Amino acid sequence: MSDVLSSYPLLLRGAWVTIQLTVYGSALALVLAFVFGLMGGARSAWVRAVGRVYVEFFRGTATLVLMYWLFYALPLIGFRFAPMFAAVLALGLNVGAYGAEVVRGAVKAVPKAQFEATIALNMRPWQRLRRVLLPQAVALMLPPFGNLLIELMKGSAVVSLISIADLMLRAQQLRQSTGQTTAVFLVILVIYFVIAQVLQLLVRYMERRADIMLGRRPGRAARSALDTLGAAK
Amino acid sequence: MATTDPAAEALPPREHADGIRFDGVVKRFGDNVVLRELDFAVAPGERVTLIGPSGSGKTTILRLLMTLEKVDDGVIWVNGHPLSHMKRGERLVPADDKYLHKVRGDIGMVFQQFNLFPNMSVLRNVTEAPVHVLKLSRDEANERARGLLDLVGLADKADAHPAQLSGGQQQRVAIARALAMQPKILLLDEVTSALDPELVAGVLDVLRDIANETDITMLCVTHEMGFARDVSHRVLMFDQGQIVEEGSPEKIFSEPENQRTQDFLHAVLDQH
Amino acid sequence: MIWDWHFAGKILPDLLRGLVVTVEATLLGYAVALVLGLLWAVLRRSPSRVVNQVVRWVVEFIRSTPLLVQLFFLFFALPSIGLTFSALVTGVIGLGVHYSSYTSEVYRAGIADVPAGQWEATTALNLPRRRVWFGVVLPQAVRKVIPTLGNYLIAMFKDSPLLLAITVPEMLHSAYDVGAKSLRFLEPMTIVGVLFVIVSVLSSLLLRRLEFRYGNN
Repeated sequence: MSDVLSSYPLLLRGAWVTIQLTVYGSALALVLAFVFGLMGGARSAWVRAVGRVYVEFFRGTATLVLMYWLFYALPLIGFRFAPMFAAVLALGLNVGAYGAEVVRGAVKAVPKAQFEATIALNMRPWQRLRRVLLPQAVALMLPPFGNLLIELMKGSAVVSLISIADLMLRAQQLRQSTGQTTAVFLVILVIYFVIAQVLQLLVRYMERRADIMLGRRPGRAARSALDTLGAAK
Repeated sequence: MATTDPAAEALPPREHADGIRFDGVVKRFGDNVVLRELDFAVAPGERVTLIGPSGSGKTTILRLLMTLEKVDDGVIWVNGHPLSHMKRGERLVPADDKYLHKVRGDIGMVFQQFNLFPNMSVLRNVTEAPVHVLKLSRDEANERARGLLDLVGLADKADAHPAQLSGGQQQRVAIARALAMQPKILLLDEVTSALDPELVAGVLDVLRDIANETDITMLCVTHEMGFARDVSHRVLMFDQGQIVEEGSPEKIFSEPENQRTQDFLHAVLDQH
Repeated sequence: MIWDWHFAGKILPDLLRGLVVTVEATLLGYAVALVLGLLWAVLRRSPSRVVNQVVRWVVEFIRSTPLLVQLFFLFFALPSIGLTFSALVTGVIGLGVHYSSYTSEVYRAGIADVPAGQWEATTALNLPRRRVWFGVVLPQAVRKVIPTLGNYLIAMFKDSPLLLAITVPEMLHSAYDVGAKSLRFLEPMTIVGVLFVIVSVLSSLLLRRLEFRYGNN
């Protein structure tokens, strides 16, 4: 065990790569989720169809298969990606498809009365979305987005199979150099667990912010006002 | 309630257009005919109350005017323009987004359930559309909004959150929000029905003030007969998608001629 | 390099054999996940705080760490404590245990949905604990969550390529083998990708029909 723990710089470097993959992958997934998710609620049947095809196709694809295809098959027809790029692309495309469904569902779940109020105020379609529907929908998106973020972080372990030096690959190297299989994998399982818990805290924090924005729980200003009230009594 | 000068300035100026006209309007939901060949007109500045049993099509009329629903037949005219249809050459064709945007500019609506935006402060609720739709500067919009919040007695709640207000306060904000767009026509859809009884009076007082101090055209669906008697010039009694009786509030409430009007008024007044 | 239909046809049988292993591993792993998940869910309702908190964190741990790492852990750690399984069995255990953390949440929601009155009725009838769970609570809870559980079958199917990392000859593994031997990766990888999409889209369509039927009952 001490062999494993003394190699912590190696594991930290690996963990850093895992975090980078998670950040880049989820940034791509977020953009794709909004683009295709909003297409799914469009008025034009053609636009909706494009959104549908993206979602069905990439939800149906296994991340690892997609990544292998990008990494092994595409170079043969002239597209060569850096491993990191192929990995982020595969993770982002895959999780983005799930995210698109979340976005579409959340926008649909905003009460119709809110939409009617935007019409009564003569807002343009884009303004309705940007000013009223999306801010409310985002609050609904956060919990499922949090789950997807964890899924993406966990899914990033597969990049070790195309030789990216993430936490998983570092563990393999360490296993070979120390021979302490069980200890190595236990340690990195714990590291992954810690990363996941931190991500969860982050999402919870954003959920709280969204709740305050929607007035579902008192914000700091209101809270301190309540505190003064309590003190006065 | 005292009205301050900025509030009065924030309201629409006195100018007349030619009002509202329904020409043979038909509205169906599936097999259910809600409005059958409805004809009626409202003059500019006139305040009209629509009464009648639920399901008689009153709310549908307001929703059609707000373009939240589409007519199945007939034409609605607002200030000389056909609503939901536009002229192409001599023919009337279904309106597109751009045309609807233009005609909606004259109309404002207050909903039964307030429909305030929960993601904005009270002030923001009132300024959002003036800033982004009317392209007012933030300062102008704030000034107008503060005047209107003062008018509805909520100047001190500008920075509060809708969820922190009572239903009556929320509805008064919703009224300020509608007025901030300076509509020529204000549609009031059962604006006190969702309120606890003790909060109704505050909202109705605000509406009385607006009725007394502006010449905004009002179309009002309500079960508050006292309010209807006080503010309206004319009352229309609806049943099964048609007007069965109309007249001044004195006539309708004191000596209704139609049997269905009498039955309806008995039923409503017994409840209160 | 361009697409070679002849080559594609030649390697298809190999890939389909891989698909059979993939489906096998998925179904067996799913069975493990369904049973183990139910066990977790019932233990979470245990009156002992120690039991339900331990189970809670074990499940949370399994769920928030990567399946791939868990597979390696099982693959290398089990033999070191004297348990030697074939790669496929290790893979099935790994898939099953990992997904039991998801199914347990589904069952938990289903159990929470059973009206309090049902529990009170079992107390009033003085039913033994076994009958409470198997006779009253679980039949109602499980029935409601069947469509949701179905989604995890598809999710597992898409995670099954990870088994290649512990040398299970599943479909992606076969494709990689073929590619490495012939130095042609385009056809095997593309075929595997297409097969995956076809199987998972078809099964999600099937699932939606099932969901519809259950929804109507």
